[in-house]
Amino acid sequence: MEELLDILKDLHPDVDFETEEHLIDDGILDSMDIVSLISEISENFDVSVTARDIIPDNFNSAQALYAMIERLEDED
Amino acid sequence: MLFTSYAFIGFAALLLLLYYALPKKVQWPLLLIASWIFYLAAGVENIVYILTTTLTTFLAAIEIENLARKQKDYLKEHKEFTREEKKEYKESQKKIRLRWVAACIVLNLAILAVVKYSNFFVENVNGILRSAGSEKRLSFLSIALPLGISFYTFQSIGYLVDVYRGTVEAQRNFFKFALFTSFFPALVQGPINRYGDLSRTLYEPHSYDSKTVSYGLQRVLWGYFKKMVIADRVLAGVVTIVGDVGTYNGAYVFAGMFLYTLQLYADFTGGIDITIGLSESLGITVKENFDRPYFSKSLKEYWRRWHISMCSWFRDYLFYPVSISKPMQKLLKFSKEHFGDKFGKRVPVYLSSFIVWFATGLWHGASWNFIVWGLCNWAVLMISEELEPLYDRFHKRFPGYSGTWVKIFQVARTFMLVCIMNLFDCYHSISETLQAFGSMFTASNWNVLYDGSLLNIGLSMLDYVILAVGTIIMFTASMLQRKRPLRDSIAELSYPLRFTIFFGIFLIILLMGAYGVGYDSSQFIYNQF
Amino acid sequence: MTKKRKAIRIIVSLLIVVISLFFLQRLLVPKYVDDIIEGAFIKEFYDEENKDFNLIFLGDCEVYENFSPQVLWDEYGINSYIRGSADQYIWQSYYLLEDTLRYTKPEAVVFNVLSMQFDESQREAYNRMSLEGMEWSSAKVKAILASMKEDEHFLDYVFPILRYHSRWSELNEGDIRYMFDTKRVSNNGYYMRVDTRPAKDVPVGRPLNDYSFGENAWKYLDMMRELCEKENIELILIKAPSLYPYWYEEYEKQIDDYAEKYNLRYYNFLELGDETKINYDTDTYDGGLHMNLKGATKLSEYFGRILSEDVGLTNLRGDAELERIWDENRAEYEADKEAQYQLYGIKEGT
Repeated sequence: MEELLDILKDLHPDVDFETEEHLIDDGILDSMDIVSLISEISENFDVSVTARDIIPDNFNSAQALYAMIERLEDED
Repeated sequence: MLFTSYAFIGFAALLLLLYYALPKKVQWPLLLIASWIFYLAAGVENIVYILTTTLTTFLAAIEIENLARKQKDYLKEHKEFTREEKKEYKESQKKIRLRWVAACIVLNLAILAVVKYSNFFVENVNGILRSAGSEKRLSFLSIALPLGISFYTFQSIGYLVDVYRGTVEAQRNFFKFALFTSFFPALVQGPINRYGDLSRTLYEPHSYDSKTVSYGLQRVLWGYFKKMVIADRVLAGVVTIVGDVGTYNGAYVFAGMFLYTLQLYADFTGGIDITIGLSESLGITVKENFDRPYFSKSLKEYWRRWHISMCSWFRDYLFYPVSISKPMQKLLKFSKEHFGDKFGKRVPVYLSSFIVWFATGLWHGASWNFIVWGLCNWAVLMISEELEPLYDRFHKRFPGYSGTWVKIFQVARTFMLVCIMNLFDCYHSISETLQAFGSMFTASNWNVLYDGSLLNIGLSMLDYVILAVGTIIMFTASMLQRKRPLRDSIAELSYPLRFTIFFGIFLIILLMGAYGVGYDSSQFIYNQF
Repeated sequence: MTKKRKAIRIIVSLLIVVISLFFLQRLLVPKYVDDIIEGAFIKEFYDEENKDFNLIFLGDCEVYENFSPQVLWDEYGINSYIRGSADQYIWQSYYLLEDTLRYTKPEAVVFNVLSMQFDESQREAYNRMSLEGMEWSSAKVKAILASMKEDEHFLDYVFPILRYHSRWSELNEGDIRYMFDTKRVSNNGYYMRVDTRPAKDVPVGRPLNDYSFGENAWKYLDMMRELCEKENIELILIKAPSLYPYWYEEYEKQIDDYAEKYNLRYYNFLELGDETKINYDTDTYDGGLHMNLKGATKLSEYFGRILSEDVGLTNLRGDAELERIWDENRAEYEADKEAQYQLYGIKEGT
């Protein structure tokens, strides 16, 4: 989780990712952020995020993101 | 059947009547019949195209889903598989499914390419032949563009990919699926519906609810207002200016640019209002396609608020798959090594965006000026992305630089940018666009803006007055919409007042609409896409 | 809210909508009273108190400006009406005949053949002027369907407000005065003019690629002939003495042949100048296109004798009711004449 928060902070230093729950709905993360986020995640967590995983529910908060990563790790 | 034809109004009224008069279980079949009648009215031979796309997508989706189910069952039966074995099996199965998806998409895109883009291709090949000094020429194909082909093709592809990704279940009733691809309110000019969204309300029975029907029809009325009173009226002026770039240069281009932007907005959003409103009155929810786009503070924001269904389609089915694909990941590593972490990280994203904007341009029309228009958007978006740190620094140094006036400035700036880029959209070629654009800077004819010359471009003083008042009404409605839906506010008014408002709008359309003899029945700008 | 109140609300709303649309429509449609009065001719027929005419003229401006029913009555006791309007195409003439037969069975019908040159409607404005005035009947429906150009809609004829919706910017006093009221603008379909413009330098028709009348035009001429045969009405073909639009030799031959084939009377007044005594220096008001009162009187006197002596139309003079009606007509006719002499600043007889 710490690792993920670091990645997020790197992307948008001004956002409080621990509490924010509408990262997509409020337009905080745009499509470019998502793409860089995914490449960071695949590098750091050894999971492969595919286009099917890119739905708002998976990206709206740091918790949701982390849950997705855990699920993907599990599947592999 | 154009939305603004008597035939369409009669057709929709009759459908609405039958829809609620007949038993609920025939509602969706009725819609399918209506959609096919609507489609046949545009040309009997075209039905072959839509049926091919519908049938191939329908079958491919079922096959993909069956394969996925088989895979699940197989894994259940073979609990003894090791993790590696499982993974290997899954990968091999995925490849088979992917082959189905790819085959179906390639087929349908090929149909689209042949009917929509083959002449563009021929034109370019001939151009190359000419410059190479060859006498040979390819001949043009004469295929009429089937109604809504871009829309239903994209909808079908989206559906197929969703089934492949497992986000929606495959539709196993062919006729239900056919209704999704041919749903007539969205056939002419979109929006590009997602199966997952539309199917929620498309097939279920709807009982008559006066509020739903009334709200829907109010929206339809509003759409006709935008389309007939504003868009179709301003068209004459736009056609004049765009039609003769030699005569109408400089200040005329400046005026034409705004007139075109007004027309595009009123025509497109008005048409979508009719689509969404009509669907709403049938109890069907079609997703919004616009979110007051001209209030955007940046181009990036504009593209989240204008033609949303198209943008999100390109994002979900082109941008993401491309940008996180394996080649792109390789490129990422490469560029990071060579251009440094910060910039290198963005290279693959920019490249993916380039592909998306090229495709977006091509989607708008089979012509180079649309492609250039798309790439202009791309360039502006990328430049502003690169300048972001600069903005941040600026804002840090001048923290007072924010507030209403700054926002207004940003909105105006974005609006101007969109207007200028749309020049590529309204002129017929790149050279004409550049000529028109350049003439704005060397213009010495600014007097035409006030010396009455603008009364000679097919618009009278009265037209301008109506356009001005109409635009103010549109703008006001947009501002009021910000807080709460306007229809809710109106619903609270007393009956006589409500009646006056609706009958008033109806009379305005009736008396001030640009329709009938003397007005060219203009096609929706988006009709051919 | 009770059901009853809801029902009342709906009924009242509907009434407001229908009534206001009705008034708006009356306000917006052209009245054809103060200008372009040709547009009002077709409708005026229905206001006649006695429609039992024994002669009906059908055609375009070449009938309604060239023949005076008043002269025909005064001289020969022929009770006639002109059902003509601007550029009235033959299918419109045919259906106007069907329409007229709902009220009367004349002894003879006179059709001016100029419109044979058109095989389809040329201008929406002319369609409007010929068709709008017709009373609703199957004849009108068929006339509209036969006349509509590609970009016209039937609905625009049912609800003319759809056609004239943007006229609100050019409304004038007359639109309010004649919203429900109207004023007689013709004399039994005759359009009187007393001014003079001599015919000079009338252009010779330029050569055409094809002089043969179209299939559609022939079809309606056949229909007209057959209807007259069936109703036992004598159909008489004429070509008025208007110098322009140019009447080609080739046209003449086709009509001649047709008349001969079906044993119809055909009079080409262009060739009867010696008999009619038309003087193109004094008898036309627009350089040879149409007759003025003088020309129309000469023509009516000449043609009336043919109708009376050769065709044998009944002389109805002496019928008390008709005498009364025509006395009234004559008073109007004379008043119109006076008004026009005043308008154009000329003395009678000059």
